Amino acid sequence: MKSKHEEMHRQFKKQTKTRTLQIRAVQILILLSFFIGWETAASARWIDPLLFSSPSRVWDLFLVRVQDGSLIMHTSVTLFETILGFLLGTFLGTFLAAILWWSPFLSRVLDPYIVILNSMPKVALGPILIVGLGPGFTSIIAMGALISLVITTMVVYNAFREVDDNYVKVMKSFGATKRQSFFGAIFPASYPTMISTLKVNVGLAWVGVIVGEFLVSKQGLGYMIIYGFQVFNFTLVMLSLVIIAILATCMYQTVELVEKKLIRHRT
Amino acid sequence: MAFLQLKEVEKTFFTYDSVTTAVEKINLTINKGEFISIIGPSGCGKTTLLSLISGLLHPTEGQILLDGKQIEKPTPETGYMLQQDYLFPWLTIEQNITLGLKTMGKTKSEEKELAYELLDTLGLSDKTKHYPSQLSGGMRQRVALVRMLSTDPKLLLLDEPFSALDYQTKLKLENLVFSTIRTHGKTAILVTHDIGEALAMSDRVILLTHRPGSIQQEFSVAHHLAEELPFNVRLDSQFTPLFQEVWKEMESLEKQT
Ligand SMILES: Nc1ncnc2c1ncn2[C@@H]1O[C@H](COP(=O)(O)OP(=O)(O)O)[C@@H](O)[C@H]1O
Ligand SMILES: [Mg+2]
Repeated sequence: MKSKHEEMHRQFKKQTKTRTLQIRAVQILILLSFFIGWETAASARWIDPLLFSSPSRVWDLFLVRVQDGSLIMHTSVTLFETILGFLLGTFLGTFLAAILWWSPFLSRVLDPYIVILNSMPKVALGPILIVGLGPGFTSIIAMGALISLVITTMVVYNAFREVDDNYVKVMKSFGATKRQSFFGAIFPASYPTMISTLKVNVGLAWVGVIVGEFLVSKQGLGYMIIYGFQVFNFTLVMLSLVIIAILATCMYQTVELVEKKLIRHRT
Repeated sequence: MAFLQLKEVEKTFFTYDSVTTAVEKINLTINKGEFISIIGPSGCGKTTLLSLISGLLHPTEGQILLDGKQIEKPTPETGYMLQQDYLFPWLTIEQNITLGLKTMGKTKSEEKELAYELLDTLGLSDKTKHYPSQLSGGMRQRVALVRMLSTDPKLLLLDEPFSALDYQTKLKLENLVFSTIRTHGKTAILVTHDIGEALAMSDRVILLTHRPGSIQQEFSVAHHLAEELPFNVRLDSQFTPLFQEVWKEMESLEKQT
């Protein structure tokens, strides 16, 4: 009986592993065929390599730009702006949500304004930010933050309100102050919502920063894209896109890591 | 000596388009060390009454005195066990049972001793590092009991603590909760919709009317039964007649509506 089950379990594990391997293999195959197809199409002139570039050109440019240091500079500027914009938007948004939770009066007063701000396309405020904060990285970070700020405030505030009142009752029955109830029950109970907001905010921060760099046009990956576009160097545009894709994925993965740490015990 | 006194207590809830009186004309005196059960039809204001005594709600009319003092707000002097366990899923069992102490600023290990001792008595000392989701319903309810008792409250309020459990677990827990409360000499008020449970566990049973709930009748349980473990009470020959008496009274309540 026992050995039969052991054998079946071994079979089952083997099948599961094989399946995972198959999926990985197909994923890699798709990636490879994309690049090979792109390269072939470019060298066979099915597509115009001047417009669509090719993997080998992007790679060559990558090496050149790494050596002259300009790529590292642009990438680190953008990364710095994005991370800061992301953190600012998330923390300020959560902080505002906490204030709204604290004061129901204020939250009702501000409700229509929050709705207006939320429906507003934030990138349209770009020119005003640049006029107000100067054409530098401050306004770009502000853009990255602003784009996620309002939605974070709304979503997190709703999460705070939807926390089961009985958790707060438990806290209160021990004589907890409002502050203790907030940090002991409301805040930790909202972790799952906060994490999903983080995930959305990663994407939003990138949008804000890239658009900001388009407008300011001084440095960064967004600047590389707009510059490459203006001088018809699409290899440069492609290179920027590939780097953005890689970095954005890394940021997203980091958030998932935080998620696993924070909410592994919930059911 | 009167430990808890309710005088002409009334609670009315106001919303924009409704006025609901949940309980009214409640006069009740509870002595130190007594175990009281409150039964009544659902929605008659049992939970409201417990919330009033805990200080989470304030009476619209009347007075509630604990040790002669009016109750202003919830204090750790009164332990409150809600209808479900409401353990915090993001905290370990250890952190859950010391939640009250932490809130009170008692974090020294000798201050936590009672909590661990109780956990041990209730047979859960090997679960300290577990999370609530890893425990069964009966275990979770025991943890909730430890959490409530950890601050050493003088008065215990239990709101249908066994209603979500299977029958066997419920009978076992009744015994466990009863003996834990008795050995620590606590005063307790249990809300339940189970007549048998009320009679098995308490000295006195209070029957409330339909909403607005007021006291319909009070039943006393004979002293020797009140001292027995709940499971043994259920087997006693005097249990069934008492049960029928309460049952009849509840039936007559049904007819009134
Ligand atoms: N916060 C509240 N606001 C308005 N009505 C309430 C509130 N809490 C309870 N009630 C009403 O008071 C009545 C008694 O409720 P409750 O005490 O929960 O009854 P029970 O616990 O006996 O089932 C119900 O009709 C309920 O709708
Ligand atoms: Mg109730």
